[in-house]
Amino acid sequence: MNNPKVGIGGNNRLPVIDLDIHPRVKRLDELKPYLSAQWWDHVSTFGLRKRQGYLTGQPYPKNEGGRGQRGDSYPSDGTHPGSDLPLMQQQHLDLYNIDYGVLQPLRTGQDAQNIDLSAAMCSAYNDWQLDYWTRREKRLRGSILVPYEDGEASKAEIRKRADEKDFVQILMMSRGLETYGKKRYWPIYEAACEADLPVAIHVFGDSGWPATNSGWPSYYIEETAGLESACSAMLVSMVCEGVFERFPQLRLVIVEAGFAWLPAVSWRLDKHWKRLKAEVPHLKKLPSEYVREQVWVTTQPMEEPERRQDLMDIIQWIGDDRIMFASDYPHWDFDDPFRALPSTLGDQLRRKIFSGNAENLYRFN
Amino acid sequence: MNTDPIIDCDIHPTVPSTDVLLPYMDEYWRQSIGARGVDLTSIAYPPNAPISARPEWRGTSGRAGLTAEAVSDQLLDRWDIGIAICNCLYGVQMVHNDDMAAAFAKAVNDWVKAEWLDRDPRLRGSIVVSTRNVEFAVDEIDRCAADRRFVQVLFPAMNEIPLGRRQLWPIYAAAERHGLAIGIHAGSSYHHPVTSTGWPTYLLEDYVCQSQGVQAQVASLICEGVLREYPGLKFVLMESGVTWAPAFIWRLSKFWRGLRTEVPWVDRAPTDLFRDHFRLTLQPFDAPDDPGIVQRTIDQFQSEDILLFSSDYPHWQFDGDEIVPPGISAALLERMQRINPVTTYSRLTEQPQ
Repeated sequence: MNNPKVGIGGNNRLPVIDLDIHPRVKRLDELKPYLSAQWWDHVSTFGLRKRQGYLTGQPYPKNEGGRGQRGDSYPSDGTHPGSDLPLMQQQHLDLYNIDYGVLQPLRTGQDAQNIDLSAAMCSAYNDWQLDYWTRREKRLRGSILVPYEDGEASKAEIRKRADEKDFVQILMMSRGLETYGKKRYWPIYEAACEADLPVAIHVFGDSGWPATNSGWPSYYIEETAGLESACSAMLVSMVCEGVFERFPQLRLVIVEAGFAWLPAVSWRLDKHWKRLKAEVPHLKKLPSEYVREQVWVTTQPMEEPERRQDLMDIIQWIGDDRIMFASDYPHWDFDDPFRALPSTLGDQLRRKIFSGNAENLYRFN
Repeated sequence: MNTDPIIDCDIHPTVPSTDVLLPYMDEYWRQSIGARGVDLTSIAYPPNAPISARPEWRGTSGRAGLTAEAVSDQLLDRWDIGIAICNCLYGVQMVHNDDMAAAFAKAVNDWVKAEWLDRDPRLRGSIVVSTRNVEFAVDEIDRCAADRRFVQVLFPAMNEIPLGRRQLWPIYAAAERHGLAIGIHAGSSYHHPVTSTGWPTYLLEDYVCQSQGVQAQVASLICEGVLREYPGLKFVLMESGVTWAPAFIWRLSKFWRGLRTEVPWVDRAPTDLFRDHFRLTLQPFDAPDDPGIVQRTIDQFQSEDILLFSSDYPHWQFDGDEIVPPGISAALLERMQRINPVTTYSRLTEQPQ
């Protein structure tokens, strides 16, 4: 079968490491073997019950693609995009010459109201990633899901998984109940450092708080364009509470929030810290220095200024060793590796973003 | 050489306590507010916090910006400022009670008029309203707008509801009818957490996250179609930094290209709408002190019309005479100080009555 993507404007033949691939269960009972009888019964009876009212679906329904997924990513058996390994291999890993892909399971129950259920679901999804994905496809790596609202349970889950080399990072959602600098989350960072694994914060999750600090917006476009707000609030919190100062080995990766916002947040922190530093005496460096040393960002959804130089400036201000490629397969706003990084960025920089920076951060062997 | 006046688009009269407002309330509210001990000084600006006032501007009480005379001595005369717009940040929008919020808004506006605008012909005012009750807000705008020295309607960045919401449109109709701009200023109703992930710990976080409030308002105003319905309106984003804006507009434009079927009435790219309808005040300018970076961040707007000069008096944003960051050309400075404000605030070219 001819794939229509090949040969159309494709300008990338560099190796690719994709930091954001979303696998999904075909049916919930794929998880049954990994849940206790009690939790299986619970989730079958009551569902995941998140901090929003919709039993199925999202408060801001997407009308792009097919229900927020790439239209061509539905498996022929009618199940969910991202649930079929052969299709993922064919239309993503093989097509784009992807060396490694990092799985970021979403809609898992990680943000369930019931925090013990969250712990059970995280553990089940961690087993599932190994059995259904990483052990079947050597190019895929997993993320350790943690029930992040329970610091001690998260620490226990990280310790349980730390020796499994198929896991390359720890995964949290961006909208938690509280800002992630607070002490209740520190056991996660402690365990991450102990396991020598980066912590990824991926956009989404339901905190129950309004999506903006002026309350709920009306449209999906407002919600999604504002997703970086939660990430930057988390980053600001982690800097201000001294998380990076206390855990100098901690490496934070922000996923699916774009990246052009990062210089401005760092500068604002520096500017206002100069006046308000008496409030945060535990900080020993300029806030931007913690960001520069301990924070990485991924590309998608990449901001697209009209002028190429504006993008180059942003990359330079962040540091060209801190930006890593992510596709967001199979979601509607997927960034295509053939087109995402313009060739005018130059092969040296494109090589770093496509794979070099991720190789340096993660252990892929 | 341009001899038009230098215009400072963001200064703050400080309400020292509710007592000064009581004379502008009716008997019921005078008694009730006195009895309840209501004070609307908000946690956004704790009086003793360094950000709240530059040290040399603090009077014997420790507060600053208490009188028109102080503004004249400390700011207007020193920097040869010919016009300054007073944005009173007393937390009227924190009040839950519709009637009490309206009473406070009226009192603040009358106090600004009597104690500030009447005392120095260089001063202009912003009409403070609460969005708890839209009818009351429109009445207050109609009442105050008769005084041509009021040049805009003022909202906090973190409002009770996103500012584009249809229920607020009568406010925009009133503003357009009277030739008023809409000011969106750092601050919060504190009816929602300061972040979408709950309450932070520090004032530093609160202040840094103000720009998130403003960007959500920009998204709301664009996506709900306010700019299409009221094409004459200008929105001024104040005391919320500058450098965050280009990246956010790139994001919103990218998503608009993919999602415009959800908001089909948005028929122009957010990048264009932003340039036509939004302005930002200068201080606190949030790029590093590197003239090259300052120039490149401002150049990202691809417009010399966007920035409006502001001191943010009496807040402590700069030291010495460094009221403008390095790297801003004389030509751009002239636009920010003397030209852009008058194309933003149509009432500024009128002589005071």
